[in-house]
Amino acid sequence: MKFIDEFRNKEIAQGLIRRIFEVSTRPVHLMEVCGTHTVSFFRYGIREMLPKHIRLLSGPGCPVCVTPNQDIDLAIALSRRDDVLLATFGDMMRVPGSTSSLQKEKAEGRRIRIVYSPLEALRLAKENPEKKVVFLAVGFETTSPAIATTLLQAHTEGIPNLHFLNSQKRVPPALRALLESEKVQIHGLILPGHVCTILGREPFEFISKEFNRPAVIAGFEPLDLLQAVWMLVNQIEKEQASVENQYTRVVRDQGNPVAVRKMEQAFEQDEALWRGLGWIPGSGCRLKDPFSSMDARRIEVDVEPSREHPGCLCGEILQAVRTPPECPLFKTVCHPDHPVGPCMVSIEGACFTYFKFQHNPD
Amino acid sequence: MSTLERNHSMSEGKILLAHGSGGKLSHDLVREILLPRFSNPFLEPLDDSARITNQEGPLAFTTDSYVINPLFFPGGDIGKLAVCGTVNDLSMIGAVPSYLSLSLIIEEGFSIELLKRIMSSVRDTAEEASISIVTGDTKVVEHGAADQLFITTSGIGWIRKGVHLSGLHARPGDMVLVSGFLGDHEIAVLSQREGFGFQGDLRSDCAPLNGLVGRMLEVCPDLRCLRDPTRGGLATTLNEIASRSRVGIALEEAKIPVRESVRGTCELLGLDPLYLANEGKLIAICPPQEAENILAAMRAHPLGTHAEIIGQVTEENPKRVTLQTLIGGHRVLDMLTGAQYPRIC
Repeated sequence: MKFIDEFRNKEIAQGLIRRIFEVSTRPVHLMEVCGTHTVSFFRYGIREMLPKHIRLLSGPGCPVCVTPNQDIDLAIALSRRDDVLLATFGDMMRVPGSTSSLQKEKAEGRRIRIVYSPLEALRLAKENPEKKVVFLAVGFETTSPAIATTLLQAHTEGIPNLHFLNSQKRVPPALRALLESEKVQIHGLILPGHVCTILGREPFEFISKEFNRPAVIAGFEPLDLLQAVWMLVNQIEKEQASVENQYTRVVRDQGNPVAVRKMEQAFEQDEALWRGLGWIPGSGCRLKDPFSSMDARRIEVDVEPSREHPGCLCGEILQAVRTPPECPLFKTVCHPDHPVGPCMVSIEGACFTYFKFQHNPD
Repeated sequence: MSTLERNHSMSEGKILLAHGSGGKLSHDLVREILLPRFSNPFLEPLDDSARITNQEGPLAFTTDSYVINPLFFPGGDIGKLAVCGTVNDLSMIGAVPSYLSLSLIIEEGFSIELLKRIMSSVRDTAEEASISIVTGDTKVVEHGAADQLFITTSGIGWIRKGVHLSGLHARPGDMVLVSGFLGDHEIAVLSQREGFGFQGDLRSDCAPLNGLVGRMLEVCPDLRCLRDPTRGGLATTLNEIASRSRVGIALEEAKIPVRESVRGTCELLGLDPLYLANEGKLIAICPPQEAENILAAMRAHPLGTHAEIIGQVTEENPKRVTLQTLIGGHRVLDMLTGAQYPRIC
């Protein structure tokens, strides 16, 4: 496969690993912000090929994992209305809310459809004019432009029955909140290549300028990750801090201005509630005023009071303060077959990834 | 004009509840759609059971239900699948598939034309697999009580003399082979589902494997284990074998055959081809000295052209499947947990 196989070359990988061993002398904690990075590190067996003193920690970069229970509960409550058809990405189906999940509700006969693109929700709205079609809008800047495009198109076409339950998140403000936290001990960040494809490098410059931490924008193939680790370790060893771009074949410094403009047309920055991290200023987005009638939060519905399992360490795991095996519920109470938190559900959730790739048979 | 044809013209060729009532319409359904396609001396008496002459050796008996959506997909349909699935289950324990039952649960309103197409496909696949349909049943349920058409097939066959295939028989040192590209079926079906809009020439690998298995057992009667990696894919099937035989299985990722188009789709959707369902592939575990001979026999058969030796059974890591990755790392290849859902980003 072109543009993929080149980045899985064994000889070059071995060469990069040798170089990392040569340059790395001190213990470091590196955060892979993005869930896809976490999966790639495990999937290619990279973690065990690196020097033992390089510790990789998962960050808050899985959109499913950071969706608060309140929003899942609201989606469930909306789906219970007879006049609502709920459209969602597949990964959200099994995420547990306070007492139920969309998967359980679907089994109860609620109208819940899995879609692969927000535009499918628009199609559903056109096909079901008698229903309020609610799209559970979850995602980071990678997904937001597609959601914005759908919203703008629905508005232009005058589709009255498409609504957005907006739970989108912005990555840079969350990273700022993490770096400001005293609990979080990270020496360098591997930045999410897909989010940076949209936003570019500039929104991440504060990491080095204000917090004096090195960061590398990285792709998702094994050579990308190894090169990113090598670049970070180099900076740390030389006591430098800058935001470098390893993923130059995709990420441009200015990002994708067309996509950013779409987001700006549809949404404005707002405070957002992150699962485990709390309210973070500027890290969410709400529908701009002309589109407020499409806000699903305006649909009247009784939502049960949200509660979370007191033992779940999702919050600390998403902040890279703890790793999944440190959670007392990991593999016992919390299991992919009966997950307590979304991190054990999403295929890019830290807990699921640790479970899948480090599973020991009984 | 028969009742069925009259009904055809009256209600645009739809199956009615009356087709399952046991009366005249039921009779016509059997006489006009099923019997002409499956005619054979076992079926024709239309008694309550088929009379089958006993053969020597242990009898293999299996059953499976087919509820696939969509009913038609590139490379196959529910009818072909219903024959292949059961033929393959018999083949995997070394039986020669001989007789098949066919039960249909049809949703009221289902198109008679589609039913005919599917039954022709059942006939063609049964012929290809040299298996006779000797008994069957049809039921019609109310609209909404079933999704168009469900098929159940049961099959029997006699196990070849001297053949002892089982998931319990893998031993350290044995080699692991796969008969060709993995994941074609699941991606071909997924591409037809609502909302995907993928285009490509990918076809399901759905095929009866009894011919290929026959060739392999001629070359190596002491094969240890055969399995068809259907739901859960290669990873899940090998985990079952490792667990039941209490051995480790070490695979080399670079050797596992996956088609470019399947890899591409998996990259896009965040799926892992090693967990995708196949309907015309098998995994074989054999003594090490036999591996090259079996590989040559598989490659000489049309359904094994792309066969590969993908790994080895080990004493280390019992009950675990491990993978040497493309870049030389190692990782555990676990069972599939829950359904694979495409990722958000």
